[in-house]
Amino acid sequence: MKRYLLSLRLFWTTALSAQLEYRFNFLIELIAMLGTLLGSVFILSLFFSHGNKIGDWTWEAALVVQGVYTLLDGITNTFLKPNLSEIVNYVREGTLDFVLLKPIDSQFWLSTRTISPSGLPEICLGFSLIIWSSNRVSNGIHFDHIAIFIISLFCAIIILYSFWFLIASTTIWFVKTWNATEVLRAVLASGRYPVAAYPPSLRLFFTLVLPVAFLTTVPAQMILGNINLLKLFTSLLFSIIFFNLSRYFWKFALRFYTSASS
Amino acid sequence: MKIFGLSPRVIKVLLTTQYANMLEYRIEIALWALSGILPFIMLSLWTESNTANTFSFTNIELSRYFLSAFLVRQFSVVWVVFLFEEDALLGRLSPYLLQPIHPLWRYVSSHLAEQLTRFPFAFLIAFIFFTLNPSSFWIPSFPRFLFACIATNFAFIIAFLLQSLIASLCFWSEKASSLERLIFVPYLFLSGLLVPLSAFPSHILKFVLYTPFPYLINFPARILSGMPVDILKIISIQIIWILILTPIVRFLWQIGVRRYTAMGS
Repeated sequence: MKRYLLSLRLFWTTALSAQLEYRFNFLIELIAMLGTLLGSVFILSLFFSHGNKIGDWTWEAALVVQGVYTLLDGITNTFLKPNLSEIVNYVREGTLDFVLLKPIDSQFWLSTRTISPSGLPEICLGFSLIIWSSNRVSNGIHFDHIAIFIISLFCAIIILYSFWFLIASTTIWFVKTWNATEVLRAVLASGRYPVAAYPPSLRLFFTLVLPVAFLTTVPAQMILGNINLLKLFTSLLFSIIFFNLSRYFWKFALRFYTSASS
Repeated sequence: MKIFGLSPRVIKVLLTTQYANMLEYRIEIALWALSGILPFIMLSLWTESNTANTFSFTNIELSRYFLSAFLVRQFSVVWVVFLFEEDALLGRLSPYLLQPIHPLWRYVSSHLAEQLTRFPFAFLIAFIFFTLNPSSFWIPSFPRFLFACIATNFAFIIAFLLQSLIASLCFWSEKASSLERLIFVPYLFLSGLLVPLSAFPSHILKFVLYTPFPYLINFPARILSGMPVDILKIISIQIIWILILTPIVRFLWQIGVRRYTAMGS
């Protein structure tokens, strides 16, 4: 365990110092991020522009969902994308061999090797938006709501990670899978809006098949005080299932790894 | 006879080799086509939310619009900046610069070949869309279809020029592809991919019409879906944008290429 924590610290300090080379990029990312948030809030405002509602979601409540999405997107950009989009290169160039030989869990190494600070402002902004808008809905947030929110957010992050890792694992067979992560990203973009905004058939799909609902809508409901223990329990269950699935699938995929070009 | 300074033989060789190359990656291209499903997600949102009547679209018109937006995007999507950045950083650009043909043409041909490979997948997705949603089926009149093709191709040219503009900045910075985000973000929200522009408040719309973005998705999609639109005006504005952007790209390329250091080779 200690070895893992030590490795993690080394990974991230080296990654940060490498990234500081590109400070100008950081500025661009910041502008792009603000533009994205502005644009999505504008689109959301069009839904509410003529006194319409999304299900029983008010404007501020929908902003909480937007905030959770922004937060998760930041986590994707900081932790998931820089690591998991690299797996394809390790497979193609055969350098995955070196990773497998290291005396450390290969899934851990591949998932935590680097971070990209460009998503950090997005994480902060997402948090601020969640706090600000949920405060406006309920006039002061209860401590226990926050505690439950953090649990469900944690489950959401685990589910999100497992999905990314599952898709990234398929690179063992298909060498160009980062398009598949683009498909995943496109579908996950549906999490910008509360799941109640979708037609019933899609709602079912987003709850049971591809649990987008548990990524953004459920955490938002928790902090808004709509606490539903069944939903909390389900998201815990989903996160355990998907995480174990990702570990199992990686071990399974490795059996087919044939070490290219080395 | 030469077209844009290229002999027909060169064009034929470029296109056939790139097409063969692309056929190799059919599954990947199918996945790319699938990653363009965003308009369909937005369609399900807008039809469910009953706002359709507030921006003077019936539900059928709305689904036609978003299907058209999907198709226009499929045949105007551009990723030249990523190809170019990789080639410039790895030094693969060096042999291309020595050849008596502008390197950008190579990228144009690879995009066109990819569109050709993508065609059956886009068609399949449209087919599935109509089987799920038979009431929205329509066949555009022949002139409309022709104009929609022209407008989509012009949209492709504008998008290509915009990205080439960013790509030529790769001569100055190693990671110019992140600048692409500065184009992609306004493109995403202002092009009409997420919502038909007629839903925008009029003061915002007035400003947006001065940018190239609505001419990339919104207006070509309106032409294809058979909605009332001033076709000739749209196409002339597209031509104006092409005429504005072409000399800028040429100029940036000319002064940028002198800074090329042939890294990595």
